[in-house]
Amino acid sequence: MKQHHWYHYLWLWSLLYFSLGFVHILFAWLGLISFILPLLFALFDGSKGFCNRYCDRGQLLRALGSQAGLSRRHNMPSFLYSRFFRYAFMLFFFAMFGSILWTTWLVAGGSSSLQSEVLLFWSIPLPWVWNLSAGVPLWTAQFAFGLYSLMLTSEILALAAMLWFRPRAWCTFCPMGTLTQGICRLKAAAPHNGTP
Amino acid sequence: MKTGKRYAVVQKAICTACGSCADVCPNGAVSILHGCFAQIDISRCAGCGLCARECPAGLIHMEERA
Repeated sequence: MKQHHWYHYLWLWSLLYFSLGFVHILFAWLGLISFILPLLFALFDGSKGFCNRYCDRGQLLRALGSQAGLSRRHNMPSFLYSRFFRYAFMLFFFAMFGSILWTTWLVAGGSSSLQSEVLLFWSIPLPWVWNLSAGVPLWTAQFAFGLYSLMLTSEILALAAMLWFRPRAWCTFCPMGTLTQGICRLKAAAPHNGTP
Repeated sequence: MKTGKRYAVVQKAICTACGSCADVCPNGAVSILHGCFAQIDISRCAGCGLCARECPAGLIHMEERA
């Protein structure tokens, strides 16, 4: 029997993150942890240690798909894990992240008003009254709305992939996973200092 | 450590290194090499097939030992 480790319970962080976002949208900023940590692992350790062990979404998919048996375990179409699709999806995902930064910039500069809504799939507004505190710079709220929209949309895609395909199907085309694997490949291919 | 009649083989070129295979291996025979791909230590592989079942892209298959 495979041993259970503390990081197998990191799925709790996913639940906490999305719950906190509904309580107050500024908690959405905590989603940056899921952007920064995998990059730090890849850049400094040359590994996908975050994906392999500490990714809260990966652990949630494992818990629901494998342990709770919710995954239908259909085979994925090879297109979905092809290099072309993975890199195209990564570019699309980061283009959307770039658009969040651009909107935040416009709000910070006063040339756009705050769009206080969470959009699923970049178009469907969530019917929820979002909590905003007075005295907080508007751009911080704008970034929080954008990041929460992105995190929630990708979470839904990940859960759908888990339900239909295998538990960690999302991980095959996860943009952060693709990016960090690319960094790891570059690091592994680079000649080490002091070696001939 | 008991090895089985079969062992796991990874298609390294398209492995996404998610680590789900390493997570389920009861013998610790699977490692993720430099964050690039999964690697099986066949001297430790029990041939149980758990990794093949868990690989999201189905990139692990079982082969008979010679």
